Amino acid sequence: MAKDGLNTEFRLVGTRPNRPDGLDKVTGRARYGADFSLPGMLHGAVLRSPHAHAKILKIDTSKAEALDGVKAVVTRADFPEGLEGEDWNLQENTMAGDKVLYDGHAVAAVAATSKLLAEEAVRLIEVEYEVLPHVIDVDDAIKPDAPVIREGASDASVPEGMPPNVVRYMEFGRGDLEAGFAAADLVRENTYKTEATHQGYIEPHACVGQMGSDAKGEMWVCTQGQWFIRKMCCAVLGLEASQLRVTPSEIGGGFGGKTTIFMEPLSLALSRKANGRPVKIVMSRSEVLRATGPTASGSMDVKIGMKKDGTLTAARAEFRMQGGAFPGAPVDMALYCGFAPYKLDAVEHVGYDVLANRPKCAAYRAPGSPMGAFAVESLIDEMCRELGLDPVEVRMKNAVREGDQSSYGPKFGSIGLVEVLEAVKGHSNLAEPLGPNQGRGVASGYWFNHNGETSVSMSIAADGTVQVSVGTPDIGGSRASLSLMVAEHLGIPYEDVRVNVVETGSLGENEPTHGSRATFASGKAAILSTDQAIKEMCRRAANEWGIDPEAVEWADGAAQPAGPNAGKFPPMSIKEIAGKMGETGGPISGHHESLPEGVGASFGAHVVDVEVDPETGLTKILRYLVVQDAGRAIHPSYVEGQYQGGAVQGIGWALNEEYIYGEDGRLQNPIFLDYRIPVASDLPMIDTVIVEVPNPGHPYGVRGVGETGITPPLPAIASAIHQATGARLRHLPMTPQKVRAAMKAQDS
Amino acid sequence: MNYHLATSFEEAARIAANAGGTTRFLAGGTDVLVQMRAGMVLPDDLIDLKAIPGTDAMTQLADGSWQIGVAVPGARLGANADLCRDWPGVVEGMELVGSTQVQGRATLTGNLCNGSPAADSVPGLVAAGATVVITGPEGSRELPVEEVPTGPGKTALNKGELISEIRLPARGDNAGDAYLRFTPRTEMDIAVVGCAVSLRLDGDKIVEARVSLGAVAPTVLLVAEAADAIIGTTLDDAALDALAAAASKAAKPISDKRGSAEYRIEIAGVLAKRAAKIAYGRAKGDNK
Ligand SMILES: Cc1cc2nc3c(=O)[nH]c(=O)nc-3n(C[C@H](O)[C@H](O)[C@H](O)COP(=O)(O)OP(=O)(O)OC[C@H]3O[C@@H](n4cnc5c(N)ncnc54)[C@H](O)[C@@H]3O)c2cc1C
Repeated sequence: MAKDGLNTEFRLVGTRPNRPDGLDKVTGRARYGADFSLPGMLHGAVLRSPHAHAKILKIDTSKAEALDGVKAVVTRADFPEGLEGEDWNLQENTMAGDKVLYDGHAVAAVAATSKLLAEEAVRLIEVEYEVLPHVIDVDDAIKPDAPVIREGASDASVPEGMPPNVVRYMEFGRGDLEAGFAAADLVRENTYKTEATHQGYIEPHACVGQMGSDAKGEMWVCTQGQWFIRKMCCAVLGLEASQLRVTPSEIGGGFGGKTTIFMEPLSLALSRKANGRPVKIVMSRSEVLRATGPTASGSMDVKIGMKKDGTLTAARAEFRMQGGAFPGAPVDMALYCGFAPYKLDAVEHVGYDVLANRPKCAAYRAPGSPMGAFAVESLIDEMCRELGLDPVEVRMKNAVREGDQSSYGPKFGSIGLVEVLEAVKGHSNLAEPLGPNQGRGVASGYWFNHNGETSVSMSIAADGTVQVSVGTPDIGGSRASLSLMVAEHLGIPYEDVRVNVVETGSLGENEPTHGSRATFASGKAAILSTDQAIKEMCRRAANEWGIDPEAVEWADGAAQPAGPNAGKFPPMSIKEIAGKMGETGGPISGHHESLPEGVGASFGAHVVDVEVDPETGLTKILRYLVVQDAGRAIHPSYVEGQYQGGAVQGIGWALNEEYIYGEDGRLQNPIFLDYRIPVASDLPMIDTVIVEVPNPGHPYGVRGVGETGITPPLPAIASAIHQATGARLRHLPMTPQKVRAAMKAQDS
Repeated sequence: MNYHLATSFEEAARIAANAGGTTRFLAGGTDVLVQMRAGMVLPDDLIDLKAIPGTDAMTQLADGSWQIGVAVPGARLGANADLCRDWPGVVEGMELVGSTQVQGRATLTGNLCNGSPAADSVPGLVAAGATVVITGPEGSRELPVEEVPTGPGKTALNKGELISEIRLPARGDNAGDAYLRFTPRTEMDIAVVGCAVSLRLDGDKIVEARVSLGAVAPTVLLVAEAADAIIGTTLDDAALDALAAAASKAAKPISDKRGSAEYRIEIAGVLAKRAAKIAYGRAKGDNK
């Protein structure tokens, strides 16, 4: 639902044509990671650690190597030494060195002529382990007697004397906290915990890697970022980046989890050892859950001061997060986002990034923000209830606006939180009466959005149609949005533009499709590329007309004399100019590369109604509303899809999803039967409202929309359950069993 | 692995009796094939039963009882109006298994012989008083369904024995059954607790009842005390409370990733009450 007038300014932007990749996807023609095959290709399989933490005493691969059909076996000995920092982390995560650090950590890999043979060979590899004590929970990992995962892993930010598993420490804020809390009528402090969850993308990781003894190689891979794959594989294997060409496949979901490497370097290492024969590796679902990158788990203390009228006076957050056996838990992002919706004069943040014996976390949709929101938004709701205040009004009263200093430092540019909250207040869902055992919860959410290295080319074909080459894989409909913007800009039909996601040999470096950046950054760069082509087409027309290029303008898909003084010439269409470009100076194209400026942040607010079965504790989602600022919705259906998808992942995180570990440190639920993502019948239709406060930093006002939506569901559902049952759950997930236990504790 | 396509139960029994290593029968394959793909079970002999004549038949005999072939897929149960009228609780147990796609293959026999304490169709069969016919090298025998599973993944079948038919008794008048399971999700999930109740009325009074619980012990349970708690009553609140107490008392679950023992014990009682109410309503003529 756009604000009146906004959509009508455009011919195409804001319409909902079919996505260009749609037919391929619904007919099964689209090529995903596992669909690539090459002549002479081998199949890889990976031996993974059954232990959470163990010393590798010996690896004997002789029996595997002796098996007929086995062409290569690799262990860490096949990787270069001496890496440092994140490169070392990536290498260590790709293949264990002296120790295995989590259940599922790769220990060896095999390439053979069939997948079955490769799997059989893996079973023949003998590994001697010395099992070490392990630690899983973040609060346990910072206890003084916790097993040390890696001596010396801490960076310079960690003060002297902290437990060794604390590898990064941060502290920032402003204002007089004590005075702020003293000015409050109510000060409350609570601890909240979230469990690790997985992105749960439908498509498991898959790649085909080929690497010759000349150190030149190729890779076909399912990824959010082909240049990241190239950079990371080359770092881990000691290769030169330009010698590896990486082609992305279609992608069956990523949500941040496919912005890094897992088994990809193994296919190259195996290929190199197998005389350059290509090696395909396709992960199983249990490998995906055990050995790719879930999100971090968090333990979070929040303290807030509130006046009787709802005004916030001060806030403090201390977050501890584990992101697996390597640094990188998004505790910083969680802290930045937690208080972002609120205008605060006194605020303090403290963060600990902690190691635990779990897989190396990867990005997951607004990394960190959902955890921060769970803690902060839950406490705000609890305080609203205590003071009898309306949770939407309190959010409105304290809402940040353009020009306000954010809780984490920078001043906000144009933002739409107030408009979002207005739209929430006016929505019919809030007027729905609630029955017995039902409750309503409200929460806000925030994501910065991101620009990132961007390189885009476009060119005009001789028939006047247009191709655009981008480096950001299309996860959420970005080809449709980019086509719409370029067609709008050129004044040509949507169908005349084809957007291709290209391989690393075709463009300069591009960051992945992450940070909700593809429609913003590749979109902006595509428009700026198109401007170059338009300029050139105007020059060609001016030449023909014998007038000054400055006297030609581009309108309605054609070069036109700019005003009556320029002379009288009939418009020269893109087709006409393109048709003769061979004689008028050659190909016409445009290119733009930059770190596009003008990122626009996106605020959202969700309202959820639940009903809790008082006897079983089962939560049913009755109604769900997402309201979020898109800046401008280029293709509203795909914006709504992002809102709905984010909400659903958040619902799963809130209610049932979690990594469950046994006493032995092994993951208990590496299968979708027991890792419970919501199924369609668990959900109502997710209602959406698109608020449009245009981002002045983008030609069409685009903000990223992909990530904010996963943030509010966690606290909104906790608050709704509170209203329905009287019980407040501060530890996710809110499974039926936990809700029932909280209700019983309440009764007694 | 050797794949055998048996054409009679006797042949299947002979192959199984003579097999050396791990043997599996192949009905719908929705357990066996999944376990093979996951590397959990790698059978040396896989004996396909679907080509045996009659295994896809489902027949109601003149006395009102039912014979269900060992390869009848779950989807066929719900499509049979007479069976749905007679044994709605048995049908709804099978209909909870997996999805439409899974039910195109999955069988009652496979569900029973896979030996999962959480198998969804088994409590309904137990409450119904169903039996199985077993064919083996020494001939045939009949066994009540509740005596087939002996522990997780284990059955009372001896080497070379297999089930050749499932039998459901005649339903008779003024009777109803129901199955409920509790899962965190609405579908594609595994029972935290399952409960089936079958009962017969004389007027408003319950004169016969069988209550069965799933996922609360190493095998599906037949709980006589729970049935006794409602026999002779009109399923008033006191009877329901006694039923819940008896069901909870009979539950001997473990704590695992799917639920704590304490929670399962509590839910066993909740489900028993709810299933009994539905069965009672059905016996009274509700067609829900
Ligand atoms: C996606 C999915 C969801 C599922 N959801 C559920 C669910 O919700 N609830 C549930 O209970 N189950 C569920 N299952 C498990 C499975 O579908 C059921 O247990 C099904 O009923 C098994 O029947 P089948 O015919 O496929 O058995 P098969 O896989 O063919 O066989 C299962 C076992 O029974 C043995 N067997 C088969 N026939 C005979 C015979 N005549 N005599 C002796 N032994 C025999 C086999 O040796 C094997 O050990 C699910 C499975 C999948 C894949």
